[in-house]
Amino acid sequence: MPTPCPDRPRVALLVTCLADLFRPSVGWAAVALLRNAGCRVEVPASQTCCGQPAYNSGHKGTAEAIARQVIAAFEPYPYVVVPSGSCGGMLRTHYPELFEDDPSWADRARALAERTYELTSFLVDVLGVEKVEARFPAKAAYHDSCSSLRELGIRSQPRQLLGSVADLELADLADAGACCGFGGTFCVKYPAISERMVDDKLDDILATGADTLLAADLGCLLNIAGRARRRATGLRVLHVSEVLAGMGDGPGIGDPEPGE
Amino acid sequence: MKSQAHVFKDRAALATHDGTLRRALGRAKDGFVGKRRLAVEALPEFGEIRAAAKRIKDHTLDHLADYLEQFEAQVTAGGGKVHWAETPAEANSIVLELCRKAGARRIAKGKSMVAEETGLNETLEGASMEVLETDLGEYIIQLAKEPPSHIIAPAVHKNREQIRDLFRDHHPQLNPTRKLAEVSDLVNEARAVLRQGFLDADVGITGANFLIAESGSTVLVTNEGNGDLSSTLPRVHIVIAGIEKVVPTVEDACTLLRLLARSATGQEITAYTSFFCGPRRPGENDGPEQFHIVLVDNGRSGMWSGKFREMLRCIRCGACLNHCPVYGAIGGHAYGWVYPGPMGSVLTPLLLGLEEAGDLPNASSLCGRCEEVCPMSIPLPSLLRQHRIDMHARRIEARSASWGLALWGALVRQPRLYRLASAAGARVLRLLSRGSGNLRRLPLAGGWTAVRDLPAPEGNTFMGEWKKRGGQ
Repeated sequence: MPTPCPDRPRVALLVTCLADLFRPSVGWAAVALLRNAGCRVEVPASQTCCGQPAYNSGHKGTAEAIARQVIAAFEPYPYVVVPSGSCGGMLRTHYPELFEDDPSWADRARALAERTYELTSFLVDVLGVEKVEARFPAKAAYHDSCSSLRELGIRSQPRQLLGSVADLELADLADAGACCGFGGTFCVKYPAISERMVDDKLDDILATGADTLLAADLGCLLNIAGRARRRATGLRVLHVSEVLAGMGDGPGIGDPEPGE
Repeated sequence: MKSQAHVFKDRAALATHDGTLRRALGRAKDGFVGKRRLAVEALPEFGEIRAAAKRIKDHTLDHLADYLEQFEAQVTAGGGKVHWAETPAEANSIVLELCRKAGARRIAKGKSMVAEETGLNETLEGASMEVLETDLGEYIIQLAKEPPSHIIAPAVHKNREQIRDLFRDHHPQLNPTRKLAEVSDLVNEARAVLRQGFLDADVGITGANFLIAESGSTVLVTNEGNGDLSSTLPRVHIVIAGIEKVVPTVEDACTLLRLLARSATGQEITAYTSFFCGPRRPGENDGPEQFHIVLVDNGRSGMWSGKFREMLRCIRCGACLNHCPVYGAIGGHAYGWVYPGPMGSVLTPLLLGLEEAGDLPNASSLCGRCEEVCPMSIPLPSLLRQHRIDMHARRIEARSASWGLALWGALVRQPRLYRLASAAGARVLRLLSRGSGNLRRLPLAGGWTAVRDLPAPEGNTFMGEWKKRGGQ
């Protein structure tokens, strides 16, 4: 169980390399949500990536070096919040595994893991947020990312918050926890298999009649949006934080710039 | 069986475009996944049994040699004989020799994955013996001259029409105008054909789901009863099994049985669960005259002493295959050898080498469903990742990917340089998208753009903008 949260907690945002590069809106949405919930948000300047691509590709030494850098950058903060289940899972689950046999880093890795939360889980489980002030007129399907669901056990938190968004209808997505076929480097190493998986996911999404797809992981979202665009489905794709922060009215991921 | 694992990528890509296969896999997945869920939900203590099963297997593996010796002693005391085979070739020659001594011409065989592993049928057929696969699925693929595509449903890739055509071609003794429209017609026909095979067989060969150390008995589950007929009608019964199948007690076997059928087919228990306790004793009316057990190592000792010991807990239920999105996309044959799906992607490189089968552990999104449903709590994603770590350490991964990652890894460790590079990257990609919001093609990103557009960055990086706004 998380420890009771102090007033105006100091929170370090790990924005994630994908959001930093592709979708800064996710970072701004996370900042807004955290501030609205009374947090003091800081963004450690030396952050880059959590090292997951190296870890999942078997480059353990590189992953450890990156992890040490992240641990050092984030350990001064009482809370670390990540708008991504997979980066969150990397810090919470895999950092302690990486340093299991390294006494000088094992405790530091574990300590950071215990203070690290995925964004929607932090809002609901730690801050006790029950609803958000946002309006989003759409019918949206919510896709659970593999890491959110199976590494962090997050399922109800994003749905609870989305349930409070005005004019938003949540569609009942079949097999919402099935992998979308992203899997980091997997999707570029085995595009044919990944294509089949993302097509299955898209077919399930379109079958609900939803016009929008939401998820908490930019990896999944870039993959699904990219395939949806290639298939010209017209599906709108957004990070869940953008909708929760009331910032969901701009172009979706992969949508043309206004006026194009 | 000759491995095709080295051409996994091409075979997998072909399989994703096979419409017949896709429909067959879709049907199978719906059935297996749904039935397992219902069976698990109906057993509130499933989680506790799962934890107990792990303890049983871990304990057994910690004392593996002791329990194997106890098993051998009990088999011997019961009038049977245990044979030890370190390699597939040894296992095959032991079985062949036993069959020769029995003067065998015809052999009835139950489904055995370890016999697929050793390529037993080829050896016996090479010595002019007739081997009849008696599990319906195995019989179908034997007619089709194909390897199994699933460890518990070997012909899961075949549809009813394909099976009907096979039966018409291979049963010329039957009326060519007979009706074979329903599944029941096909089953009845196979039953009639196989019945004679059981009666004619000189030797019966079966696998084993468990070996019980305290009693020297072997346990076999089937839904067709073919294992019982293969073992009780012929004069000689040969069991072939991997050394990891041993458990200490009958009670332990029963604990594992509670997980096996539920995880495999969603049944509470299979139609037949048979305990084979030795040859026919004086005064008994049936049973074989001889009872032989061939225990196969084939790499298992190596797994036992290394980082992959947990894989020896596997009870071959197939749940990881049924829940795997990659298996669901490509089916079993694309994996190129005996064991497909997540368990196969861990096992095959251990048995054939990473040089041959290195694609298998890489072809996973590490989505974690396999570990979630594994009744033996095997951390399959971690083991797949361990293979990747070993490939990197032994420098047998793809060179381009390795260099790319090394370069990226160096950049990530230089935050200032990384900032410059990511800011430039975001801007360049934005420009290249020309307002469309997407890139349809991009140098060095062919793996991505082959099947999907690349959503363009918004333009500024978050970190750059955050700094510009003075951390506000």
